[in-house]
Formats: sequence, C-alpha cells, structure tokens
Amino acid sequence: MFDTPFWISYGLPVVHSGLWSLVIILPLLVAVALLTYVERKVLSAVHLRRGPNVVGPFGLFQPLADGLKMLTKETIIPTNANRLLFLFAPILTFVLSLIAWAVIPFDQGVVLADINVGLLYFFAISSLSVYGIIIAGWASNSKYAFLGALRSAAQMVSYEVSIGFVLVSVLLSVGSLNLSDIVMAQKNLWFVVPHFPLLIIFFVSMLAETKRTPFDLPEGESELVAGYFVEYSALTFGLFFLAEYANLILMSALTAILFLGGWLPPLNIEPFTWVPGPIWLALKTSLFLLLFILVRAAVPRYRYDQLMRLGWKVFLPFSLIWLVGTAIVLVVMGWLPALPAS
Amino acid sequence: MGEFAKRHQSPWPIIVCFALNFSKVVALLSPIDFLFYLFAGFTLAAGVGVITARNPVYSVFFLIAAFLNAAALFLLAGAEFLAFILIIVYLGAVAVLFLFVVMMLDINLATVRAGFVRYLPIAAVVGGIFAAQLIIMLLIWQQSETPPTLNALGNSPMNQPNNVYALGRVLYTDYFVAFQTAGIILLIAMIGAIVLTLRPRAGIKTQVISQQVSRKSSQSVRLVDLKLGQTHPTTAATAPTEPQEGSA
Repeated sequence: MFDTPFWISYGLPVVHSGLWSLVIILPLLVAVALLTYVERKVLSAVHLRRGPNVVGPFGLFQPLADGLKMLTKETIIPTNANRLLFLFAPILTFVLSLIAWAVIPFDQGVVLADINVGLLYFFAISSLSVYGIIIAGWASNSKYAFLGALRSAAQMVSYEVSIGFVLVSVLLSVGSLNLSDIVMAQKNLWFVVPHFPLLIIFFVSMLAETKRTPFDLPEGESELVAGYFVEYSALTFGLFFLAEYANLILMSALTAILFLGGWLPPLNIEPFTWVPGPIWLALKTSLFLLLFILVRAAVPRYRYDQLMRLGWKVFLPFSLIWLVGTAIVLVVMGWLPALPAS
Repeated sequence: MGEFAKRHQSPWPIIVCFALNFSKVVALLSPIDFLFYLFAGFTLAAGVGVITARNPVYSVFFLIAAFLNAAALFLLAGAEFLAFILIIVYLGAVAVLFLFVVMMLDINLATVRAGFVRYLPIAAVVGGIFAAQLIIMLLIWQQSETPPTLNALGNSPMNQPNNVYALGRVLYTDYFVAFQTAGIILLIAMIGAIVLTLRPRAGIKTQVISQQVSRKSSQSVRLVDLKLGQTHPTTAATAPTEPQEGSA
C-alpha cells in the first residue's frame, strides 16, 4: 500500500527527534544542577556567608552530592494517599517541564520542533503544568498539600491571563506565533525597547507562574510546611525539584527570546557576531536567572489577596490597555507585519 | 493530512476488520489512520470513563484525557491552532475549575445517582437533540457552500502552512458578526457570574492601596521628647497607628 515501509517513514523521525531531545535534555539537567549551586552561592553572597564550599572545589560538586542523597533515600508513600496518582504527579510535572523545550530556538534553524504555533505550544504546556501540582496535592490526602495545590492552581490560572495578553502584544508586533520568527523580528530593535513595561509584567508573572518568591505561597513553608509536595520524599521530591528549576530556566529563556532577541547579538557588528548564537541566548537567560535569584534574596512573600490583586487588578488591565495601544500604533503607523503569502 | 476523510467515508468496514484480524489491519492502515483510530479510541474510552467513574475526581481526570486526545485528533487533521487553543482553554482554564470545585465539594455519589431514573427522560431528550444536531450538521456539511474568503484562500485552508492566518481571515470577515456576538455573550455571562458572587459583607477588612501609598510620614510619625521611664500622655491613650490631628 505504501512505498516506504512503516518503520522507515515513521520510525526514523522518532529516533531522530529522540536523539535531538537528548542533546537538549542532558545539558539542561547539567544546567539545573549548576543553577541550584549558583542560587545557593548568590544567596549566600547576599547574606554575607560562604554557601556550599565543602564538596569539590568551591563546593562545585554539591549538586551531585544532593542528587546522590535524593536517589538513595527511601521513597515514602503515605498510607492514605492515592498510590497511582501520587506517583504520577511528579512524573507529569517533570515531563511537562522538559517537553516545552522542544520549541525553544537556540540559533537560526537550531530548534527541535519549528512549528507555526510555537508560542501557543509553550502556553499550552505551561497551562497543563498546573495539573501536576493539583494531582500531587489531592493524591497526597493531606490538608497542607491540598491547600498548597489549591493556592498554586488559583495563582497559576490568574497569572496565565496576563502572560497571555503579553504574548498577544508581542505576537501582534511580529505577525507570527513561531518563536524563530519572533527572534528574527527583533533583528533591528529588541522588543525590550518598545515593550519595556510588558517585560516587567512578564517577568513578575513568570515569578508567580514558577512559584518563586515573592509568590511562593503554594510552598509557604511557615504555614503549609512545604505546600503541595509535603508528602513527597526521595526521587519523587527530586522530580518536583528538577522540574521547578528546569521551568525556571525555560521561563528565563523564553523571556530572553521574547524581549531580548534570543540568539541575536546586541549589536550586529564584528566582535559581537563572533560569539555564536546559543552563547548569547545562554547569557541572556542567565541574566534573568540571576534576577530570579536576587528577587528571592530581596523580596518578602506577598499576602494571598495582594497576589490576586496584583494579577487581576493591575497586570490584567495594564496588559490589556497595552495590547490595544500596540494595535493602534501598529495600524496608525502602518507597521503591521506583512501577512504570509497564501 | 486531510486525505483521511476522503479515503474513508465510513469507518465501519475498518472496525469490523479490526475485530476480525488485528495485526493485518494495522499493517493495512497508514500510520496516520492508525493514529487516528488510536486517539479516537482513547477519546471514546475516556468519554465512557467520565460517566462511569465512581469517584467524581476521576471523572474530571477522564474528561481531561478526552480533551487531550481530541486535541491530538485536531493535530492529526492539521488544525494545530485549534488543537492548542483547545488545550489552553479547556484544559488550562475550564477543567482546572471543574477539578477545583469537585475536589473542594465533598460530592456523595450515592445522592447524585439517586435521581438517575427520575432525570433519565429529560436527559434523553437533551442528549437526543444534541445527537440529532450533530447528525444534521454532518449531513449538510457536504452541501453547504464554502464562505467566499475560504474560496479565496484555496480549496482546503486547513492544509495551508499557516492555519492561524486562515482562521483569522474567516472569523473576521464572513463570520464577523457571529464571532463578536459570541464574544459579547461570554462577556455578559462573565459579568453575571461576578455580580452573583459580589455581595457586600459587613466586617471585612480590605486593603486600600491608594490610601497606603498616599500616606505621608508627617501623618503617621511624630517625634516626642521623653525622659527615661516616663510615658507620654497621648501615646498611652491612643493607638500608635492612628495619626493625631493637630498634636505636635
């Protein structure tokens, strides 16, 4: 019935994208380990202490030691927990934090899935990631975990709205949902210049979306012990931990792509163009990661009603007005992006 | 990828063959068709799960599975925009709220099941109308004329490289009024829901940000000269947060 056999026409692409995923996932996991180390070092520098400094040179092997500890601990499943869902939740969270990387472009054409609706894909994945947390909170059968899960669900759904409008404003200026197109549209001017307030809104919403301080109410250790993952131990906890940091890097990379021109050098002249694109992307991502860490060191936790107020009454109206303003400016000035030829 | 619909008008021969000889049929199907039946099967199974699960939370999880598989079907049809919008809207917002409510309310399934026979006739009527609408829609699909903008785009807009563009073109030209009306209906429903929950309650402390921000240090802080062990008469009498008018 078909000229090429099933296994060749459909098996090869699977193998190809599988290998590609490994090329992305392995450095990502190394970056996660490094990020936990850098976070502790930066925090300790802010606190005027030394931070991890025992394991390896400058304490560099601390993440490895932590990982080993996590692997060798006992996995405890609470008696009253829903076994299946309890184990499913961290896996889901971890998988979702990895698969969003499929659409992140590292350089011109260097992307696992160069799909038309890359931005929507990212948004869909980030809206799915709330399920890992709700399932974890519910399956634990513990009131702290459940309260944490409810908080985080309400928080993530609220801030996704303003993130959505920020994304719409950006895509309006680009005329495409493809992340590579979004980067290329910033060739002459990074979006941080015309859309600077959006960058702030996006960054703060990302803090809420990744449940970082000052929006870490779902974890709120002083009231909820550790929120939705109180009952998790060993590797199941480790998966949540890895997912959180992988998400952090993802969000920073996305902010860099949307507002700081992704892999593009700051100036399109000689010394800057020698540095390859992925390095630029990594540098820009690191900038936002550093901001994430410094915010954690500097800002106290929000109260829950303040968190909701900020999301719904400040960010949502502002991003909506900005969206309308963007549309008006684009139409009046005749800067609307060209439609694709059809 | 739209060739699936053209090749198979009726799925029944395939399904019967499937039952008779599984492996041969799988070899016969193109991988896309195989994936279609896989996802369609999962969707149906999840749909059955929604109404048969004993635990309402499981019902919502089955619903989520059904949505996901429906999104996969959209992807197979090449409608990537619809697929991701389905995930964002139904999974990211609607199902989360369902799950919220179902988890918060302690639903006793026995009391819900008790009215089953009583509500069966009306449920059958509603379900029947819905099924009839679907069947009618499927029947007139072939006869109905294509909207002019779709014709302008070529015969099959979903196969175009960019179906976001195609959809936007159709929604904002031919179906502009219907699209805007749907938006307004949703807006009214949203305002209605807010009005229903927004009732004035006494004794609630709220934070007025503008008041906090406009507060000056001259209103809130004052300097008093005190000897050790001495208490200022006004500080002892009033709460420290209340600014005193006219006092030093």
